[in-house]
Amino acid sequence: MFDFISDYDNPTLLGAFWMTVKLTFFSGIGSLVWGTLLAAMRVSPVPLMRGFGTAYVNIVRNIPLTVIIIFTSLGLADIFGVTMGSKVFETRDFRLAILGLVAYTAAFVCEAIRSGINTVPLGQAEAARAMGLSFSQTLRHIVLPQAFRSVIGPLANVLIALTKNTTVAAAIGVAEAAYLMKEMIENEAQTLLIGAIFAFGFVVLTLPTGLFLGWLSKRLAVKR
Amino acid sequence: MSNVSVTKDAVPATGDLVVLKDVNKHFGALHVLQDINLTIARGEVVVVIGPSGSGKSTLCRTINRLETIDSGAIHIDGKPLPAEGKELARLRADVGMVFQSFNLFAHKTVLENVMLGQLKVRKADKKAAEEKARGLLDRVGVATQADKYPAQLSGGQQQRVAIARALAMDPKVMLFDEPTSALDPEMINEVLEVMQQLARDGMTMVVVTHEMGFARSAANRVVFMSDGRIVEEAVPDQFFSNPNSDRAKDFLSKILHH
Repeated sequence: MFDFISDYDNPTLLGAFWMTVKLTFFSGIGSLVWGTLLAAMRVSPVPLMRGFGTAYVNIVRNIPLTVIIIFTSLGLADIFGVTMGSKVFETRDFRLAILGLVAYTAAFVCEAIRSGINTVPLGQAEAARAMGLSFSQTLRHIVLPQAFRSVIGPLANVLIALTKNTTVAAAIGVAEAAYLMKEMIENEAQTLLIGAIFAFGFVVLTLPTGLFLGWLSKRLAVKR
Repeated sequence: MSNVSVTKDAVPATGDLVVLKDVNKHFGALHVLQDINLTIARGEVVVVIGPSGSGKSTLCRTINRLETIDSGAIHIDGKPLPAEGKELARLRADVGMVFQSFNLFAHKTVLENVMLGQLKVRKADKKAAEEKARGLLDRVGVATQADKYPAQLSGGQQQRVAIARALAMDPKVMLFDEPTSALDPEMINEVLEVMQQLARDGMTMVVVTHEMGFARSAANRVVFMSDGRIVEEAVPDQFFSNPNSDRAKDFLSKILHH
């Protein structure tokens, strides 16, 4: 029943899911960093930065991911010549997909972290400022560490969504799970089985993530 | 007991540490601080009392610019209070603040709370910072709680840690914004004792409080505020036994007769 799987070697089933993992991993780290910076901008005392953060989030989160991903390839790469340091198409598109995923997911990470910042009592930042910490020190040492701990749950949601959103990278030819699934469905008769295999693969990736982060969120909760 | 008997008149002008001149502040239509003039000498303990909403907490918070002012000037150690930025952070490091709600950093242990400012603001060596922190925790009587988190301590213990945290910066002046108002009655004294000790050691202190006993025993001067104005300033004995203004008489009659 499963023998058709071995007919596929570019990518293999495992290789395709490995690509999904790589996309999730790098986009996850990138969007966490960029999202945190955006959140810092949105609470900063500098109006220009606040304005930029707000505009970025409100524009980017309202554009479909497919549009963003396709724009990275057809727009950034083909029209503006952004090759992300590689002339090899596969590497270029892989990196462009990560760029698009980071740009998109960071908007959601930013809002999750900002809601976390709002859970930190004002007195914490006041006490930090009163002892002479600068705005960025207050954010780094006092506010963000507490904010992160309170939004591990919502961030897990974003990470799970990101894992599944990596399938959009198939639209610009990145050979990840959904790309292989489409190929298999075109060639094989067992569409139901193929669907089940890929659905199962994604559950295997996301379920432990959710459980682990749920546990971590309880463990790291700040007691007041 | 070296500085306790120093009164306003006996201190030369050069000893003025905190000077507020014609300070005004509004919250919307509410004029919370009206032409405040107040001078606090080095080593002086000034207790600010008054009914709720009289502006005493706001006054305390303007001294390290947690509240901005609309007009007037505030000088600390001869220098005007800078605007937001590095200069202000440097000044705040020299002004210790103790809050009504303690505001200990919830995600850090007691020891880390007392070390943080030394490490990040004073750039102290980690070992020296820890030694100093443990010494201060011992001084306020919570040395055994050093590795616990704030939420595991009683209110009185938390407030004493907060005092240690402020002292770790070697402040020139300490501001206390109703430090015992959020405490259970049996914990008030342990905090007041620490503050009395500080006063005896010659620390310059501005204390907003409802603890008249503390005002009587530790203050060099009592400042009575009402409706955003300083109504009366006097040494404690005179203020409590023979207040000048009707407003102060009325206030004292309400709080001292039960």
